[in-house]
Amino acid sequence: MFGNLSDRLVETFKNLRSKGKLTASDIDATLREIRRALLEADVALEVVKNFIAAVRERALGDEVSKALNPAQQVVQIVQEELVTILGGSQRQLQFAKNPPTVIMLAGLQGSGKTTLAGKLAKWLKDQNQTPLLVACDLQRPNAVNQLQVIGERVGVPVFAPEEGNGKGNPVAVAKDAIKFAKQKQYSVVLIDTAGRLGIDEEMMQQAKDIRKATEPDEVLFVIDSMIGQDAVNVAKAFEDGVGIDGVVLTKLDGDARGGAALSVAQVTGKPIIFASTGEGVDAFEPFYPDRMASRILDMGDILTLIEQAQKSFDEAEAKAMAEKMAKDAFTLEDFLEQMQQLRKMGSLKSMLGMMPGAGKLKSQLENFDEKEIDRTEAIILSMTPKERKDPKILNGSRRLRIAKGSGMTVTDVNGLVNRFEQAAKIMKTMAKGGNPGIPGMPQGMGAMPRPQAKKDKNKKKAKSGNPAKRAAEISGIQLPKDEGSGSAFGL
Amino acid sequence: MFWRKKSKEDGSPQVQEVELPKRNLTKSIKSIFSRIKFDLEDLGSLEDVLIQADFGVDAAEEIVQELTSIAKKQGLSTEADLKNALKDLLIAKISRTDSALNLDSDQSPNVILVVGVNGAGKTTTIGKLAHYLVSGGAKLTLGAADTFRAAAVEQLATWATRSNAELVGPRTEGQDPAAVAYEAVEAGISNQSDIVIIDTAGRLQNKQGLMDELGKIRRSIEKQAPINEVLLVLDATTGQNALSQAKAFTEVSNVTGIVLTKLDGSAKGGIVYAIQQQLDIPVKLIGVGEGIDDFGFFEPSEFVLGLLGESE
Ligand SMILES: Nc1nc2c(ncn2[C@@H]2O[C@H](COP(=O)(O)OP(=O)(O)OP(=O)(O)O)[C@@H](O)[C@H]2O)c(=O)[nH]1
Ligand SMILES: [Mg+2]
Repeated sequence: MFGNLSDRLVETFKNLRSKGKLTASDIDATLREIRRALLEADVALEVVKNFIAAVRERALGDEVSKALNPAQQVVQIVQEELVTILGGSQRQLQFAKNPPTVIMLAGLQGSGKTTLAGKLAKWLKDQNQTPLLVACDLQRPNAVNQLQVIGERVGVPVFAPEEGNGKGNPVAVAKDAIKFAKQKQYSVVLIDTAGRLGIDEEMMQQAKDIRKATEPDEVLFVIDSMIGQDAVNVAKAFEDGVGIDGVVLTKLDGDARGGAALSVAQVTGKPIIFASTGEGVDAFEPFYPDRMASRILDMGDILTLIEQAQKSFDEAEAKAMAEKMAKDAFTLEDFLEQMQQLRKMGSLKSMLGMMPGAGKLKSQLENFDEKEIDRTEAIILSMTPKERKDPKILNGSRRLRIAKGSGMTVTDVNGLVNRFEQAAKIMKTMAKGGNPGIPGMPQGMGAMPRPQAKKDKNKKKAKSGNPAKRAAEISGIQLPKDEGSGSAFGL
Repeated sequence: MFWRKKSKEDGSPQVQEVELPKRNLTKSIKSIFSRIKFDLEDLGSLEDVLIQADFGVDAAEEIVQELTSIAKKQGLSTEADLKNALKDLLIAKISRTDSALNLDSDQSPNVILVVGVNGAGKTTTIGKLAHYLVSGGAKLTLGAADTFRAAAVEQLATWATRSNAELVGPRTEGQDPAAVAYEAVEAGISNQSDIVIIDTAGRLQNKQGLMDELGKIRRSIEKQAPINEVLLVLDATTGQNALSQAKAFTEVSNVTGIVLTKLDGSAKGGIVYAIQQQLDIPVKLIGVGEGIDDFGFFEPSEFVLGLLGESE
């Protein structure tokens, strides 16, 4: 049921392997799969439509056509746009200047308000606030009871003058609670209200009345992460009917993809402040837009996907390089570029130590001398463009000029030119042999470590700005500990 | 729905039909189909509407395809024809022969186990169903095997009072739910209840430990009496995750029927289509409010007409 997106996208990307550029129809094919994934994650249709339109516009623009791997770039855009919508207006809970801060919870029946009230109370108490819980759900049988039990559990007093079960006026209770809190100097008043349907006008009016009577600093709309397409209607109804300041997403410990988060964020423009993640009083955390985006898109799979896309990209690039070789077009500029890529990887050395699963890679980098690259770079940069393109014209006086310009000796320059020629020869041979796994790094270079296939892959990732890692950063996910995955940087 | 009402004088049973309160679902499932243009060349808007009703992309595509092929075969092209064909198609696909509650008035007691995720409407459904069955003359015992959630036992107790049913709850706080279920059935046998309904704590289907507990509850009930029905309560607002719920609950507790609650809201509950098709589990009851009479038996035609915005 889950995880189909990546398979389908990889399928889509396969067809793109041979092409360097994405056409509009390639992009549309990718977006069709993403649309489907979003719908399967319960993102509301109208939200999906707007979203896909926005992504499409960006995808047709420069950033994709210029990208090294356009297909992957599209996925990247999707991820970014998701995070933007989910976290566009992220913020903390607002506290009143003059206590008590009043927080009102509102939402559908069964969305998890009462449980959340308890968690929020505990959380506030842990922050040295003095919260007061208020039992304004006088509708559902024993909701008042439930709040009392929870209050006792978390050590927070409960204002519950009415027994509920259909008796009592919640507006009056709310009003009295504020008075009581002021008198007793509670710093936060947390009002639990009855679950209500967005289309139940009478009950929505009641919620509005509670709001009017208590002037909350925060009206938190509590919504079940399992909700389907109706999320948009419900969110609109509560936004129009009561007015909401923030959203709490509940039951995120379940396996629903939680597309409703996107629907609600989009439709109301209100920040999702908390995630409720279990039945225990501590199962409660701030909302992380990046994690949610990953969840909606099924990020674990997206990572695999990016890796696969990367692989196809590497192959394509290697092929292009091989063609260049075969045509004898490998220049000192290419050589330098490859060196510089290696350096990027070298500077990652220290960072790698902090990442799980990178041990192997790190040891490979251990005997890698960054200074060698500095020297090579200095020499090549002292050449004229013409010399870089055609090293054959490098006569004695040119070599002397270059040595002076780069602060090296002529022997150094000679050594470099020799290594380059050797490398070019090797690569040309390999290219003719049609070896698709041709390493991008010339072999037989003095201080350079012998490049290995695995490392070569890493180098390419570094070159492309390592989108997998970037995606992981964006998503806030934990890097898996699986060292055998063969992917770079433990991803 | 029939229930055999026990005659007071000579103890001989007599059959009495209990009318379910009439529920006009056509009103509650507000039509979203009214804005569709039915055009054989472009049924995209139909697909959209089905998706918006939580049928899911696959089911929506499948229905559009089937409608197209029916229309071609039968040469239908007018909007009215197409709409009619859709109605017939949906009713045919949703209708089943096994959607009645599997209760036997010769059996004592009949046992119903009620399961579902948190907040789906299990306890409320039990309250309504108990009231309905009691007013049909049956003797009911309710087992409060949700020993976990705060005040869950009290909530069921309130419903037991409202519906004139016996209540068996935990003897100690947080008692093993399987033991409570066992004792409820035991009590039901000794107090000669016709039906015992066991309420369970809400649990998310990906929590293996809690799901295993359900299996345990089931087995401990079966030590005393066979289970007639395992009802999975689904909130109609639930999206595609309902399918995952139905799969997981069926695996551990062998679900025999679905209760679709909160159909009085703006959600359409289209996911039950996929559940019936893919998992072959019938929808049996619906919930349409928080009141004691706010439920009914699932009527495919009523459900479909409600979706289409037509009344019979
Ligand atoms: N509008 C509406 N609300 C309902 C319906 N059925 C239940 N509810 C409400 O939904 C909320 C949850 O119902 P419960 O019966 O407590 O649900 P539950 O599955 O027993 O919940 P837990 O035991 O906490 O997992 C309550 O506020 C009920 O009043 C329905 O058909 N329509
Ligand atoms: Mg319950």
